[in-house]
Amino acid sequence: MERRYDVLIVGGGVVGCAIARELSRYRVRTALLDRERDVGLGTSCRNSGVLHSGINYTPGTLRARLAVEGNRRMHALCRDLRVKCRTIGKLTVAQDEEDTATLARLLEQGIANGVPGLRILWPEEMRRLQPGVEGIRALHSPSSGIVSPYALTVALAENAVTNGVHVHLGQEVLDIRPRLPEEGGGFVVRTAAGDRFIALVVVNAAGVFADRVAALAGIPGFRIYPCRGEYYVLDKRFNGVLRTLVYPAPRPRHPGLGIHLTPTVDGNILIGPSAEYVEDPGNLACTAAILRKLQEKGRGLLPDLAGADFIRSFAGIRAKQSPPEEGGTRDYIIEDRKDVKGFINLVGIESPGLTASPAIASMVAEMVGRHLPLEEKETFVSCREGRREFFCELSPEEKAALVAEDPDYGEVVCRCEGVTRREVLDALANPLGARTLVSLKYRARVTMGRCQGGFCLPRIVRILRDEFGYDPEDYLLRGDSSPLFVGKVREDAVLRASVPAEGVRP
Amino acid sequence: MKRETRGVVVVGGGPAGLAAALSAVEAGCGDVLLLERDIRLGGILNQCIHDGFGLHAFGEALSGPEYAARSIDRVRTHDIEVRTGSMVLSLSRDRVLEVSSRNGYGMIRADAVVLAMGCRERTREALSIPGSRPSGIYTAGAAQNLMNLENILPGRRAVILGSGDIGLIMARRMVLEGASVEGVYEVLPYASGLPRNLRQCLDDYGIPLHLSTTVTEILGKGRLEGVVVSRVDESRSPIPGTEREVPCDVLLLSVGLIPENELSRGCGISLDSRTGGAVVDETFMTDVPGVFACGNALHVHDLVDWVSVEAAEAGREAANWAASFRRGKEPEVPASLPVKAGEGVRYVLPGRLRGGRDTVFSLRVLAPGRNRDVVLRVDGRDVLRRTFPRVHPAEMLRLAVPGKDLPPGGLVEVVSS
Repeated sequence: MERRYDVLIVGGGVVGCAIARELSRYRVRTALLDRERDVGLGTSCRNSGVLHSGINYTPGTLRARLAVEGNRRMHALCRDLRVKCRTIGKLTVAQDEEDTATLARLLEQGIANGVPGLRILWPEEMRRLQPGVEGIRALHSPSSGIVSPYALTVALAENAVTNGVHVHLGQEVLDIRPRLPEEGGGFVVRTAAGDRFIALVVVNAAGVFADRVAALAGIPGFRIYPCRGEYYVLDKRFNGVLRTLVYPAPRPRHPGLGIHLTPTVDGNILIGPSAEYVEDPGNLACTAAILRKLQEKGRGLLPDLAGADFIRSFAGIRAKQSPPEEGGTRDYIIEDRKDVKGFINLVGIESPGLTASPAIASMVAEMVGRHLPLEEKETFVSCREGRREFFCELSPEEKAALVAEDPDYGEVVCRCEGVTRREVLDALANPLGARTLVSLKYRARVTMGRCQGGFCLPRIVRILRDEFGYDPEDYLLRGDSSPLFVGKVREDAVLRASVPAEGVRP
Repeated sequence: MKRETRGVVVVGGGPAGLAAALSAVEAGCGDVLLLERDIRLGGILNQCIHDGFGLHAFGEALSGPEYAARSIDRVRTHDIEVRTGSMVLSLSRDRVLEVSSRNGYGMIRADAVVLAMGCRERTREALSIPGSRPSGIYTAGAAQNLMNLENILPGRRAVILGSGDIGLIMARRMVLEGASVEGVYEVLPYASGLPRNLRQCLDDYGIPLHLSTTVTEILGKGRLEGVVVSRVDESRSPIPGTEREVPCDVLLLSVGLIPENELSRGCGISLDSRTGGAVVDETFMTDVPGVFACGNALHVHDLVDWVSVEAAEAGREAANWAASFRRGKEPEVPASLPVKAGEGVRYVLPGRLRGGRDTVFSLRVLAPGRNRDVVLRVDGRDVLRRTFPRVHPAEMLRLAVPGKDLPPGGLVEVVSS
């Protein structure tokens, strides 16, 4: 099938989705392609979910400017999109004189970058902010915070769709061919699904695959070095233990910011990330050695930690431009290519890509505006419908009122996370049409708790069967190559619908 | 919002909750409310279509649903209010339960509460199995639910990690449905399931059991493609060089059960780190007055028969408590002392003892053995000694001790040697 657009964004991570949402303000026909069955399944859902303040980046770089600006704009954006975001501040802790010198450098750098409220603290002050922190000094950056990375990515994409953007999932780009001016200019993009997309402007927001996508458009010379970070997720019973972010002082040439604990907006704690270069950008495996190290680290900081408190491990990939022998980080590349007219190229958007995404989106929109007239439309809906809080976070009175209105709120599907049937149904009704188990997880938090789906998986299976007539082969974990089941036990079995009749007797 | 006040409220309609509700009403409580989150009573028994339940309680080998039906039928003939599809979201120290159902959301204040929420299965994460995250990895119980209640086949070539009873039963079940089972792998040097399940589920079907072996890596990007298994040493660490790749499309985990105690934790009830359940005295009362615990939420049982026996006792005590509470006085809680799980004993229940009343101790040993003595000591004096020809951590031991041997204030220790 052939489709025509003004702008085609390749890659549905947080950056691609932020660009799509930004362009949805204007009268341009925009589409976003992603190879997966949902947005955000790469790097964007697999990180610490930290809203960085901007102290860690060299003044004058794109990274520094976009981080600070993105941080400043994130709260309003999250409020509009009903995504959880909290400014909790961060302590960068020094253990020795060398670290203290690093803090002084970070302070100076942060001030130069325009980061507000920076202060160097003595131990008493830092322990007042976070009891139990050990160190000789700390740099406090009050504008640091946390945001749900998958909720943000999904919300940006869903809001973009509400505002007219077309999101095409399961579309891996195979070929990008510039068209001659007599053909009308722009590009023809072919995908593995056999579709053709024609667009005047193509935005490469492909993250860890950005080098490959650039090469498809005839732009050689870029190389992404995938750098894996492994994490553990801790049980919610430690909710509240961390009031603020606590990081070690960064070490020069280290490819990441070091292993630390990060609270999430949902009440878990993350331990991680490690930093290890890998060959394959799709290598998301966790390793025994790192998991052991993360466990030790966790036990060192939370002595009460039991085996069952490690409820999940996962790995994410940083899209680094710096090779292993160089380490550290390089500046972002965001360029409106002169040689390939209409190709906007984003390469090496590693941390703090999540924080910077709103600012990156504006910058890219401005570049798009050089190729196409960007007229604002009056119909743009900046706010997403629905509730910001999950049902389980409401007061008893609010819960009672909702259940009285809609019984689907009264039926708890996921026990660990307290997710109701209504929330699962709402997640299934998403504008992208994403229906995999992972899509549900990122929208409604089902299977994310301590039992990891042991309780709710059969219940979700029933909901999908009742709502959509699913057969066993129709259920997917995250994509077509990950079917959850292989078939029926008995061909002729008859199953009952699962919604109970109103009434109290069994 | 609806607010009510009730006599005995039982949380959970599985075998423990059913037995507790029945005994509470039989002990004279006229106001028993049973809350079950599922749409039907019976709990996990509903998905256990194999037989072997009730050998002790009824002298018959029943299927899970048959065993449950006996209690459900009795509940129906008694004056017990049952609410299914009702999830208890929280419990406070003054025994107010927050309950959500399709019929409404409300608060129930109870004179006495019996906690019978059952248990959940340990997951891949609790074991920290490295590797990728493909589809096709399930706990044995979730797979059992999907196969037996949803008609869904999780895979055609299975590896089972852990020799827990559910895993053994699922090994047989998969074979009966035409799947192949490549083997059962157990990190311990002995099986953790019941001997009868080893015979009936593995030996009878020629399924190999690999002891001192565990899964050390998961392979596959989309769907599970295989696992790497390794032999382990005495400290359960994988031995390098013993890795072997086993192709499979489904991995079932039967690596232990964790009593469900989120409500108890939220209520501030003391939990026992060894059982994972509440610390109770011989009346099954927790350290929050008027709140009782039983079934697999208290400790994981080997046989449902013992669940029913213990839960009936808990229900009776809850009814007694509710009766005195109704008479207008907060019942006095006699002092209790901790019971020590001594040498060779993993845990013993009750974890605290008031003393002076007939008590059945439940315990598990640490390691398998032959001709072992189990000794109950009070103030250093042996009051009971029993020799077991064979002991195994999979099998719960029960010791009845007359009240006269358990003086109030006595220091009790149980050892196995």
